[in-house]
Amino acid sequence: MAHTKKLATYSLSLLAGVSMAFGASAETLTIATVNNGDMIRMQGLTDDFTSKNPGIELEWVTLEENVLRQRVTQDIATKGGQFDVMTIGMYETPIWAAQGWLVPLDDLGDDYDADDILPAMRSGLSHDGTLYAAPFYGESSMVMYRTDLMEKAGLEMPEAPTWDFIAEAARAMTDKENEIYGICLRGKAGWGENMAFITTVANSFGARWFDENWKPQLDTPEWKEAITFYYDLMQEAGPPGASTNGFNENLALFQQGKCGMWIDATVAASFVTNPNDSTVADKVGFALAPDTGKGKRANWLWAWALAIPAGTDAEEAAKKFVAWATSKDYLELVASKEGWANVPPGSRTSLYENPEYQKVPFAKMTLESINAADPGSPTVGEVPYVGIQYVAIPEWAGIGTAAGQEFSAMLAGQQSPDEALEKAQALVTDEMEAAGYN
Amino acid sequence: MARAVTKQRKTINTIAAWAVGLLIFFPILWTILTSFKTEAQAISDPPVFLFFDWTLENYGVVQERSDYMRFLWNSVIIAGGSTLLGIIVAVPAAWSMAFVPSKRTKDILLWMLSTKMLPAVGVLYPIYLIFISLGLLDTRIGLVVVMMLINLPIIVWMLYTYFREIPGEILEAARMDGASLKNEILYVLTPMAVPGIASTILLNFILAWNEAFWTLNLTAAKAAPLTAFIASYSSPEGLFYAKLSAASTMAIAPILILGWFSQKQLVRGLTFGAVK
Repeated sequence: MAHTKKLATYSLSLLAGVSMAFGASAETLTIATVNNGDMIRMQGLTDDFTSKNPGIELEWVTLEENVLRQRVTQDIATKGGQFDVMTIGMYETPIWAAQGWLVPLDDLGDDYDADDILPAMRSGLSHDGTLYAAPFYGESSMVMYRTDLMEKAGLEMPEAPTWDFIAEAARAMTDKENEIYGICLRGKAGWGENMAFITTVANSFGARWFDENWKPQLDTPEWKEAITFYYDLMQEAGPPGASTNGFNENLALFQQGKCGMWIDATVAASFVTNPNDSTVADKVGFALAPDTGKGKRANWLWAWALAIPAGTDAEEAAKKFVAWATSKDYLELVASKEGWANVPPGSRTSLYENPEYQKVPFAKMTLESINAADPGSPTVGEVPYVGIQYVAIPEWAGIGTAAGQEFSAMLAGQQSPDEALEKAQALVTDEMEAAGYN
Repeated sequence: MARAVTKQRKTINTIAAWAVGLLIFFPILWTILTSFKTEAQAISDPPVFLFFDWTLENYGVVQERSDYMRFLWNSVIIAGGSTLLGIIVAVPAAWSMAFVPSKRTKDILLWMLSTKMLPAVGVLYPIYLIFISLGLLDTRIGLVVVMMLINLPIIVWMLYTYFREIPGEILEAARMDGASLKNEILYVLTPMAVPGIASTILLNFILAWNEAFWTLNLTAAKAAPLTAFIASYSSPEGLFYAKLSAASTMAIAPILILGWFSQKQLVRGLTFGAVK
């Protein structure tokens, strides 16, 4: 009898031990992300999350942007289940949501305040009115210019310049002997590189990728005007080798004082005004992206957002993490540790209402640029697609990159603007026909 | 006169060898130098070669941000494991092809090599799906097997070439003395082929260490080796060359040191073959 009792006691305590061990075993979230300053900062601040959620551990997989996109698509399409949270962009979100690949994020907690998310961001990251990716940081594009060179050229940058003014200023600021180029713009081929920029230029010249019936429009006079303008401007006032310049290459040129103006992502503002890296940190001004008076400015809209793949076995924990990383409290946390200038921009309205944040030199222009962008109505004419610097269809990555190679070759002097447009029109037409659009 | 020419030729040869050596080594040297620069110096134009403020900051950042030892350990296991497994499979295969060839041996060898001609991405999805169903995604064992399979044709080919140089009569003599097949391979063939096997092992280890397509595609957090560690320092928005160079230097250092110490063995194996 005593023996049986002892056995029962041992069994019970063993059972208790096992259940405790299971109870205490942490759930691990694998998060796929890119190596951007704001993401790296987040990785350094995760103690705040794990201390509030003791049962959840975080594992980071940092990948190069294109590798991340390919890995995540591959994993999500094959239901590999490698990632519980992933960093995706505004282009993928509506497409993947339509496929049923993402978990809807309409229940991130009572204090999450989804209505505080900037309207442009919210609509770009939603599908059928439901949020599928929470914006971690958002950006538009704007003009960054050298105030000293502008003054030397005897010009004054308006808050909302036209392309004609930009061209005039670029030519006036160019001093090739001293390696100062009036304007630095993207030329490196890629749907997210030169085509992001070129598409915004085209929008502002009244061009569009497709008409209402999905017929490619690259043979229209608007495209010709836009591409010829870009080509001429870069020939006269751009740096040598511009056909291989992307964001980072232009950032380097601008920081070394070799560009009079640079039109690119608003997030660059914090880099070019950082005296540790930039030789021109105290001589930078900002203005809205240019237009031609046709009603659309050449500014884009982009967000790096956190999404949860459908089928993850840690959905609840993943939602807790996404809510934490994109909350108002997180912005406060970054501000308290790293200062307001380092807070991830472009995601929440309340951030721009904060008097402390309003003191950051590029805050106002970033918000105005984001607000001026409307992915639902990106062009002067009617279009059947969503997206400003991209077309939110699965075929875009392919056609955008292929067309980008033509325009990059044009910039490198291998073909004329007319030839580039003709080839781009032909390949887009082929691709769209093959995809069954017309 | 003849002596003078020889001396002159020797000098020219030495200079040419150094020039070619430096040319090949230059990208690695540049990576190492860049790792000691600041991000601003790393992209400065004109580039700075030696006269800059040397800093260890990048190494500090990389050390702080990534768990280097975990990546290193994964690389060692994947490269070491796949090499070991490959040798175990390839030695008997190469033995049979070299010493008891059939009519179709040449065809089999060519067919094996032809698998290397297929772009890896062509079989990415089938392998990915197999990995999912076997639960091998993001595991070291999965990568060991894949790396072994990828490098197996090269291992078999190299060993086959070395074995062919060993006179079959020696093995025949061993057999006549009553050696079993196992003893013949272990005690007669292997010792004679050591330089060849060693250089095969080294080359295969280096290939597996540097392989970046499969290691990036089939791993996430747990089994990621040093190639993933390097890739994580590339940034779409922001300067990263100095930190990337520091990560690269840390990733190639172990294999560079290994190569340095074993260069004699490697050169001997690659140039002289098994038997002088």
